[in-house]
Amino acid sequence: MKTLNGTKVVKVGLGSCGIAAGGRRVFDALSAKLKDSEVDLQQTGCIGMCYKEPLVEVSLSEDERFIYGDVTPEMVERIVDEHVVKGQPILEWLVVAEGDSAPLQEKSPMTGQQRIVLRHCGIIDPESIDDYMAADGYQAIEKVLKTMTPDDVINEVKEAGLRGRGGAGFNTGMKWGFARAAKGSPKYIICNADEGDPGAFMDRSVLESDPHSVLEGMLIAAYAIGASEGYIYCRAEYPLAVRRLKLAISQARKRGLLGKSIMGTDFDFDLKIREGAGAFVCGEETALMMSIEGHRGMPRFRPPFPAQSGLWGKPTNINNVETFANVAWIILNGSAAYNKFGSEKSKGTKVFALAGKVARGGLVEVPMGMSIRDIVFDIGGGTSSDLAFKAVQMGGPSGGCVPAGLADTQVDYDSLQAVGAIMGSGGMLVMDESTCMVDLAKFFLNFTQDESCGKCVPCRIGTKRMLEILERITGGEGKEGDIELLENLAASIKRASLCGLGQTAPNPTLTTIKYFREEYEAHIYDKKCPAKKCRALITYEVIQDACTGCMLCEKYCPTGAISGPKKKPHTIDDAKCVRCGLCMNVCKQKAITVY
Amino acid sequence: MVTQTRARETPSFSVIDAIVHKHNAERGAVIPILQEVQATYGYIPPIAIDRIAKITGITNGEIYGTATFYNMFRLEPLGENLVKVCHGTACHLAGAERISESIAIEVGARAGETSPDGKFTIEQVACLGCCSSAPALMINEEIHGHLTPESVRKVLKKCKRKDGDGV
Repeated sequence: MKTLNGTKVVKVGLGSCGIAAGGRRVFDALSAKLKDSEVDLQQTGCIGMCYKEPLVEVSLSEDERFIYGDVTPEMVERIVDEHVVKGQPILEWLVVAEGDSAPLQEKSPMTGQQRIVLRHCGIIDPESIDDYMAADGYQAIEKVLKTMTPDDVINEVKEAGLRGRGGAGFNTGMKWGFARAAKGSPKYIICNADEGDPGAFMDRSVLESDPHSVLEGMLIAAYAIGASEGYIYCRAEYPLAVRRLKLAISQARKRGLLGKSIMGTDFDFDLKIREGAGAFVCGEETALMMSIEGHRGMPRFRPPFPAQSGLWGKPTNINNVETFANVAWIILNGSAAYNKFGSEKSKGTKVFALAGKVARGGLVEVPMGMSIRDIVFDIGGGTSSDLAFKAVQMGGPSGGCVPAGLADTQVDYDSLQAVGAIMGSGGMLVMDESTCMVDLAKFFLNFTQDESCGKCVPCRIGTKRMLEILERITGGEGKEGDIELLENLAASIKRASLCGLGQTAPNPTLTTIKYFREEYEAHIYDKKCPAKKCRALITYEVIQDACTGCMLCEKYCPTGAISGPKKKPHTIDDAKCVRCGLCMNVCKQKAITVY
Repeated sequence: MVTQTRARETPSFSVIDAIVHKHNAERGAVIPILQEVQATYGYIPPIAIDRIAKITGITNGEIYGTATFYNMFRLEPLGENLVKVCHGTACHLAGAERISESIAIEVGARAGETSPDGKFTIEQVACLGCCSSAPALMINEEIHGHLTPESVRKVLKKCKRKDGDGV
């Protein structure tokens, strides 16, 4: 992974986002161009700046790295000829430049970030165990096995203040302590990689970019609680992550890092991958275990907690991907190095998937306690449109929205809870003025209602009734009392649902009512959608003076609602119009208006 | 893994038996067994449920219950290409609904349907995890991002020309 003996290194980011943006074609072009040279061409995982994919990194010496964005196969020629061969970076294509020889840049998207979980992401080749080992990989488990007792490990993690990154934020060391103390054998370690929150992709990126760090974290946890078997429960929607995990497991087995007598000690541990089958509720730990056992993934009442009675009724410890990815770093660097990052009650860093209407979307890792404003504007570069920043949605369908007015809220477990949102697993969705908050609430509720497993009544029927009300409001048939009825239902669902899915399902609706009540009122009383999203409440029209009669919109209109003579202004038949907005999208004259 | 093989074979006991035995006919292996059956046939044929029940001793009803609980399992055969249209939050904000409409116009199938020519089965999924490329969709195992209602039609046309080899 490092530039050895002055070898020049060129890397291409080949996580899912990079591949989606055409990274493979860039890799092939580079490979053809560099085939007779000494240059070392490598693949790596997610570099983090997804908005600029495909990304190509050039390092001519060990202490510098230059990252090019939006690279196409056609750009490869110049990058190689000018930069790799002659050493002259192409400034206009650069996204990040680090090192002494780097030219001065405006604020880099890396500024303010602190990489612990993502320490290897976009740096090592995720398919090479040697790369991982060269980057201190598997040294933490060696330290643990040779110099620490299980209690030492638990104390170190407890001291570090690491809290569960799946959303609930329980102290990880304490959780391990419960599983260690529980009677029963065998004990199990489960990695929850069922990242189901729409809008969150942190775990996918970690699994695709640094799968060994998750395995190492699981090994350390297994040693700490006395487990000999483990499962990784991964979403089937992440085929690349599953492929790289399987490869990592087979590599680790070959090196004796999984299996019997690991590193010559009497510690045995092995693990299996279970692919999820598409059920959001399986992110809930008891449902997840039901699913591993082959049943319908329905949660059960707790207690007993998994630490006492988990998988197959045995003591089980479940943590999510990001939590495990922190562990090896903590062991190697010590709890004091870790807990110096973060706020009083939330230590360390948090990875966020910054997406939505943000200029520089991608994967970012920041110390806990940074403000939403700093993340959205300094790292994310503000909104991607010329519209104003309106709100962020934290924690997906279980979380809440935080309006622009509260952008100085610190990102940590307790501050977010205080404003009605949650940390969640780390989705941070930026919205601008074009987002309708009622539509957003409906979107999330539609999701949770659909994903409700149906076991308990408040969640199964309550979310359905809430959704019906929201559909009525966005459909132009809202009536007085609807907002209060929503609030009333939400309170009951939160109190009476069996698991986290139901208990948190009303949050997006409640927070949008709390911070954007006037938008609900505009829908209900004025029959207007201020963001111009809700189809029943908007009308499309051709601006007669601007239309040149090019007939492009007429061609695209799916219902034949647009007509008019050639080269003359057209008109939209309101009765036929389905308000899909395609015409507005394709019009080059900006001659379509919506009100 | 649900992958490329979508052979239109007639389900056979020997193939199904081999899959069940590969997983030691374990109770906990019901989902992996169903996943492999689906990867082989593109869907879960009713006789597969009967057969798995017979070998493992788990009731038909329970296996059927599991198969219908998870979004991924299909009890009907699949078109040549599986198109998963992402309707995650980022894609929703970026106009996923319009993408779905455009697909319906192009291939004549909406979410949960197979196109009349049998080329495409359209599914709506919660999130592909490619939020930075929103709006996105996955054709077989390849992700296409930054779509527009126009570009998605081109992607599908290209896929159709390749005649079922995927993209």
